[in-house]
Amino acid sequence: MSKIAASEIAFIEHFDSFNSMMTSTQPNWLNQKRADAFTNYRTNGLPTGRRGNESWKYTDVRDISNTAFANSSEDLITSITEKDLLDSSHLNKNWSTLVFINGVYSSSLSTQNPNDGIQITNIKDALGSHGQIIERHLGKYIAPDDDPFVLLNTAFINDGAFIYIPKGIASQDPIHVIYFSTSETDPTISHPRTLIVTEEFSETTLIESYVGTPKAKYFTNNVTEIVIGEESRVDHYRLLLDNPDSFHIGTTVVHQEKASTFSSTSLQKGAALGRHNLTSTLAAPQSTCNLNGLYMTTGSQHIDNYINIEHIEPHTTSRLYYKGILDGSSRAIFGGTVTVQRGAMKTDAQQKDKNLLLSREAEVDSKPALFIYADDVICGHGATAGHMDDNSVFYMQSRGIDLLTARRMLIKAFASEIIEEVKIDSLREYLEDLFVSFEDELTLLQASSI
Amino acid sequence: MLEVHDLHASVGEIKILRGINFTVKKGETHAIMGPNGSGKSTFANVLAGRPEYTVTKGEVLLDGKNLLSMEPDVRAREGVFLAMQYPVELPGVRYNQFLKAALDAIREHKGEDQIDIRAFNQLLKEKGDLVEINPDLMRRNVNEGFSGGEKKRSEILQMALLEPHLALLDETDSGLDIDALKTVADGVNRLQDPEKSVILVTHYQRLLNYISPDFVHVLIDGKIAKSGDHKLALELENKGYDWLRETIPPVSETSGESAS
Repeated sequence: MSKIAASEIAFIEHFDSFNSMMTSTQPNWLNQKRADAFTNYRTNGLPTGRRGNESWKYTDVRDISNTAFANSSEDLITSITEKDLLDSSHLNKNWSTLVFINGVYSSSLSTQNPNDGIQITNIKDALGSHGQIIERHLGKYIAPDDDPFVLLNTAFINDGAFIYIPKGIASQDPIHVIYFSTSETDPTISHPRTLIVTEEFSETTLIESYVGTPKAKYFTNNVTEIVIGEESRVDHYRLLLDNPDSFHIGTTVVHQEKASTFSSTSLQKGAALGRHNLTSTLAAPQSTCNLNGLYMTTGSQHIDNYINIEHIEPHTTSRLYYKGILDGSSRAIFGGTVTVQRGAMKTDAQQKDKNLLLSREAEVDSKPALFIYADDVICGHGATAGHMDDNSVFYMQSRGIDLLTARRMLIKAFASEIIEEVKIDSLREYLEDLFVSFEDELTLLQASSI
Repeated sequence: MLEVHDLHASVGEIKILRGINFTVKKGETHAIMGPNGSGKSTFANVLAGRPEYTVTKGEVLLDGKNLLSMEPDVRAREGVFLAMQYPVELPGVRYNQFLKAALDAIREHKGEDQIDIRAFNQLLKEKGDLVEINPDLMRRNVNEGFSGGEKKRSEILQMALLEPHLALLDETDSGLDIDALKTVADGVNRLQDPEKSVILVTHYQRLLNYISPDFVHVLIDGKIAKSGDHKLALELENKGYDWLRETIPPVSETSGESAS
C-alpha cells in the first residue's frame, strides 16, 4: 500500500468538509469547477517524485507534503491588527487596499476607495455582483492545467481579490492586495485567488504583498489571473515577503489582448521554500510584456522561479530580466522559457538572468530556454553567475572606501537595476529600506567577515 | 616621504619584483620606465595594496609608517592614490555618490566632517572642468560607457578631488590622443606642490614632454637598472632598453642601493 503524505490526508479531509459547506453558497459552475479540480489533483497528488517531472525537477516539496495543515480558527484570523500589517508590509493609506488573513477577507483592515466604476472587492462578494465576469474568466487561461498546486487552489477557492477596470479608465493610485498569514500551534494553509480583469484602453497598477507573522508556520498557495484588454496596461508588483519559516507556492497567469502591456516586478525575499510560476501569453499582435525580478536569499532558503512567455501572434515583444543575490547555503532556480509559436513572426524576445553569489555554498540553477517555431524573429537569452568582483572592490578601496562599505555599495548596485525601475515612489523607498535590512543579514557584510 | 627597501613581490609562484630600493622626497616627481613585463606596473600596484600581489620581502615606509601593513583603503586615506591603467567600471554605482563616499572617508580620517552635498557638487564641477570631462558622465555609473580617454581623464579628476600626498600614475598616458595627453599632464602638473609627490609609471617618453620629472628610473626584470634625471628618458627613447640589460648586477638578495 502506498504511503499517503500527511498533507494529502489533510487535503482530502478538508475538501470534503469544505465542499459540503460551499455547495450551498457558491454558484453551480464554481462548485463543478472546484470538484473537477480536486478530482484532477487526486490523480497525481503533489509533485514529490521529481524524476521525470521537468517543471518540479529542482524543487523538493516534501516539506510541504509531510506537513498536516490545519484550518485557521476565527479567533486567530481576527487577532491580526493593523500593527501586524505595518510591521510586515508597506501600507499606504491613500491606496485602495484589500487585506486577507489566511485567505479570509478582512473588511475592517481593508480600505476601498473605488471611483469611475472600478471594482475593488473580494471574490466572495463579487460572485453576486459580477458573477458573469468571474465565470467568463476564472481559470480560463491557465495552461497547462495540470499543476497540482493550481488544481488545489481551484478546488479550495473560497475568497480572494477581485478587481475590474472598465473601458477607458485609468486608476489613479495603485491597488494593493495584502495576503497575510499567521498560525498558532498548528501550521495553517490558505489558497488565495486573485482575478483582475481590465477592459480596453485602461490602465492600472496592482501590488500583491505576501506577508505573515514572524515565526508563524504556514503555507500560502496562491493563484493570480490577470486579463488585460486591448490597448491596456497593467503594472504589477509582486512582493514575496513571507516569513523565513513559511512555504509559498504562487502562480500568476497573464492573458494579453491586442497592443496591451504588462510590466511586472517580482521581488522575493521571504519564505523557506518559495516558488513562483509566471506565465504570460501574448495572445494578440503588438502586445508586450516586461518581466523583471529580484530574488534575495539567505540561510537555507530555496527560491524557484518558473517563467513561461508564450508568443502566439506576430509583432509581440517580451523582456525578461531577473537578478539574484544568494548568501549562505541558499539555492535559487531560474527556469525561463520563451516560446515563439508558428504564427508569431516579428517576435522580439530577450531574456536574461544574472546572479551574484556571496558564499561558496550558495547555488543557482539558471536555465533560460527558447523554443522558436516561427521565422523572422529576434530572440536572445543569457545567464550569468559570479562572485563579487575583486577588481571592483579594490578599485573602491583604493579611493579610501573601506572594505565593508565597498561590498555594500556593490551589492546594492547589483540590485539597483531592478529596484530603481519601481515607479511608485513610496514603494521604491520601502524596497530600498527592505534591501538595507537584507544587506544587514549578509555574511560578507559582518565585521567578523574581514 | 616614501622609502622602499629591498622590495620583493610575487603573483602566485611568479617573482616579479626582485629587490627594489627607492626613495621619494616631498615635492618630487619620479618617472619609472621600463620594457613590458619589467614590473613597473606591479610596483605601483603593490604600493597601493592590490591584493593579488604578495610581498615576500622588504619594507615600505610612508612618512615613517609601515605602508605594507595597511589595508588598501587605509593607504588611500593616508594619502596614496593609484590612477589605474585599466579603470574599473562599476555598473549601478553612481559616479558622484562613489566620489562623495571616497572624499568623506578621507575627510573622516583627517578628523573633518562630511562634505556638504552642495559644496561637493561645486567641487566636482571645478575638478571636472580642470580635466575637461563631460559633466554628464558624473551623473552616470562609475566609468560605465566611458571611452578610453574619458576613463583616464576620470582618474585624474578623482586624483584632483582626493588630493593625495603620493600619486601613482600607472600608464595613464597609454592609449591617449595628444589632446587628452596634454589635459592629463596639465592635471598632474597642477597637483604638484612642495608637499606632494608623484610617481609616473610609463612605457613611453611622450608624457615626459609635458611633465618634467626630477628623476627617471629604469626598471628591468624587477630591479632598478639605472637612475638619472629627465635626460635619461630621452636617451631611452633613442636607444631602447636593451643596452641596460647588460648593466644589471648579478641577482643577489643583498644587492646595494641602485637608486635614491
